[in-house]
Amino acid sequence: MEPTAESQAVAPARTGASPAIACRGITKRFPGVVANDAVDFEAAEGEVHALLGENGAGKSTLSNIFTGLYRADEGELEVHGRPVSFVSPRDGIAAGIGMVHQHFRLVEPFTVAENVMLGDQSDVGRSFRLHPRAIEDRVAELGERYGMAVDPRARIWQLSVGEQQRVEILKALYREARILILDEPTAVLTPQEAAALFQTLRAMAADGRTVIFISHKLHEVKAVSDRVTVLRDGRSVATVDTAASTLRSLAELMVGRELQTYNRREGRREVGELRFEVDGITAAGDRGVSAVHDVSLRVHAGEILGIAGVAGNGQRELAEAVTGLRPLQFGAIRVGGVTVHPGDPRSAIQAGIAHVPEDRLHTGVAPSLSISSNVVLKSYRSDENSAGPFLRFHRIRDWAVELIRRYDVKAPGPGASARQLSGGNLQKVVLAREFSGTPKVLVIAAPTRGLDVGAIETVHEHLRDAAASGVAILLISEDLDELMTLSDRIAVMYEGRIVGEVDAATAAVAEIGLMMAGGGGS
Amino acid sequence: MSLRIERRLTQPRWLSVAVPLGSLVVAFVLIAVVLLATGHNPVTTYRDMFEAAFTAPGALTQTLIGATPLLFTGLAAAAAFRMNLFNIGGEGQLYFGAIGSSAAGLLLVGQSTTVLIAAMIAAGMAAGAAWALIPGFLRAYLSTNEIITSLMLNYVAGLILTYLIFDSHSYWRDTTSASAAVFPVGKALPDAANWPTLGSGVVVPFGLIVGVAAAALLWVLYSRTRFGFEVQVMSDSPRAARYSGMRTRRKILAVMALSGALAGLGGASQVGDFLHTLDADPKGLRAYGYGYTGIVVAALARYNPFAVVLVAVLLGGLQNAGSALQGPDFPSGLVGVMSGMILFTTLGGELLIRYRVRLQRRQREAVAPASEGGR
Repeated sequence: MEPTAESQAVAPARTGASPAIACRGITKRFPGVVANDAVDFEAAEGEVHALLGENGAGKSTLSNIFTGLYRADEGELEVHGRPVSFVSPRDGIAAGIGMVHQHFRLVEPFTVAENVMLGDQSDVGRSFRLHPRAIEDRVAELGERYGMAVDPRARIWQLSVGEQQRVEILKALYREARILILDEPTAVLTPQEAAALFQTLRAMAADGRTVIFISHKLHEVKAVSDRVTVLRDGRSVATVDTAASTLRSLAELMVGRELQTYNRREGRREVGELRFEVDGITAAGDRGVSAVHDVSLRVHAGEILGIAGVAGNGQRELAEAVTGLRPLQFGAIRVGGVTVHPGDPRSAIQAGIAHVPEDRLHTGVAPSLSISSNVVLKSYRSDENSAGPFLRFHRIRDWAVELIRRYDVKAPGPGASARQLSGGNLQKVVLAREFSGTPKVLVIAAPTRGLDVGAIETVHEHLRDAAASGVAILLISEDLDELMTLSDRIAVMYEGRIVGEVDAATAAVAEIGLMMAGGGGS
Repeated sequence: MSLRIERRLTQPRWLSVAVPLGSLVVAFVLIAVVLLATGHNPVTTYRDMFEAAFTAPGALTQTLIGATPLLFTGLAAAAAFRMNLFNIGGEGQLYFGAIGSSAAGLLLVGQSTTVLIAAMIAAGMAAGAAWALIPGFLRAYLSTNEIITSLMLNYVAGLILTYLIFDSHSYWRDTTSASAAVFPVGKALPDAANWPTLGSGVVVPFGLIVGVAAAALLWVLYSRTRFGFEVQVMSDSPRAARYSGMRTRRKILAVMALSGALAGLGGASQVGDFLHTLDADPKGLRAYGYGYTGIVVAALARYNPFAVVLVAVLLGGLQNAGSALQGPDFPSGLVGVMSGMILFTTLGGELLIRYRVRLQRRQREAVAPASEGGR
């Protein structure tokens, strides 16, 4: 059954003139995946237009087509009513399209003005002599006009992340961008900085510019945009007036694939004693600000606790924190009542915490080493695998052959390097190693990302078996289907916090979707 | 048509032998061009060189003497580079090995040769390891780039050497003999501290035997033990190593100490085998850049300890031949060109081991951008 919103008509732009940017039937394929599938989109002058969608919905691909970084395989693109065909980002800039990427493209030791000057194709920028003063004045003036003052002579490394983002915006404005695309601009900002950014975006729209605001956070979309275009699985699902929509209706559009087909687990699992306790942990992210904030979780033996959330809300850091890879600032982790030494992976392993990491190829295995080496990555110190300081290579090889057979890994042999394996077979190797350590707790992140249907089923089967044998499983996934299929309970993570927990057997998907997008009531 | 370079998924074994040999052949062809251009007959030059390095009377002995320090510094570099730990400080660690071992030799006057040799080896290794642990600690705890720190400490070590002999009345300096009044020199070690030589026709320095033994031990350590396994994992993916519960900082310290100890052993061998004093003369121990050449040796040997032995003898021979042939019509720079050319082709050949080069017709469609991570 089609969700109701599918039939919704495209909301008309408020201004009558031809749209600032419009595309029809844009399709972009990458090997093995269609990133954009016949996408229609248009944004008017003087509007803030949000592009809403989950990770992998095709937002970034579409914006890269708008800026000329990618070329669409099919479809048409118009800027201010004229058809365009970009072959390089320079064409995009020339057409007045500016992009602010999630990861800034700034030269840290240079000043603000120098960064603005880089790649400037105007007369000032192309002249042999540098005119720093003229650029500094222009940058200061632009900053003042849109309420984002930065000292043009400050060096980038001296600036906060929020200020660096302003430089990126100023760079685009300096190049006369009439259409500004911002890719997840608030991901790196504090709430105060985000509020200031929204004012700037409104000011630019009021000035007749077009702002395309890419996000998966509902309340931001609601707060700043005039209209919203929702992308899902590479397709444009609907364009709606922000004022006429609610957080809930947007959440449904965003995650609302065939909601009814969720293959819920039948019956309840028998769960045992309290096995795994995460008690109020806080951990810093890579940039130093806390990525996991006061998170508490309890998982019983034989139970699967799912963690839902849009990528980048602290799930990776949570997995790393509870497995000792990331130090804790506060809180404690206990397995069977015994506290695990924080920030020490070996202590976590000894406590019986198995970990299947999100980044299988570079964290989960040593990619250039053989399957044999990789299956003993955590157990090479044991008596079976080593004698004194020496490794027992024959034993290890036999063990690898045994695991390859038992887990049905398609590999040329135990000497094949991990890099040679397909994603599914690599995941089987990791699972084989982790389960062979007879774990008490399993922390598993994005277990089936990038796997084909058959491999997904196998991995799910292994997880069910592990739960049945009494392992407490913490399953972190962005895939709601997967969480609904496997979990007993689902906790939702948003901006580093657990914002709610539901019983998987009875939960409404729309409720989870709303919490994932920061619109939860709890 | 366009050239495409693709990473090889598997590296066939025969390639790792065939490519270095092929690189050597290419190098000799290129050198022949240089020789022709400078008015030398390549064939006779190569023959003369081979004679001067290996077959002339006493030539092999000289070659082995030249190979001895390169063997140690080559092993030192290989030990560290295996874990992607770029210890460029073999030079300074070798000086410290010389300082430590000469101190041991001077302190233990009157002891037997066996005791003296054992003490000099131990002291040399300890001093080299200690010096290498400075960049090791900085790397492990402060994430400092060890290339820079270990390199700069070479100059510091050189200055310390100068200070000990020229600028102070240190324990190492000879202040009594008549010649020392004219020019500052180090104290002579007792005769019992002279390392023996083996063989009569071809004289093999004791240090070379020690070096070959060290190479064998290093091979066992790196390919048979848990320590070696951890080094392999660390070099392939430090994240995977940490994830597996390995003590990554300790491993960095251990490998730096091992590397420094090997270079320090080279310093001990210089003192025990050849110099019999602490030599601070700018034209002496410090003139040859053994530590730096060791990096070349390790690279040519692809960090394999046994190959290091072979390459050290080869480069020792090249140096020896160079100095034998050197004269008005054979400038010393030509020898530098030769070893440079060999390094150049070997490192170039490395690419063929790891990557496959393919010629292919250019695709009509624009190639998708390299980064597809944005999707």
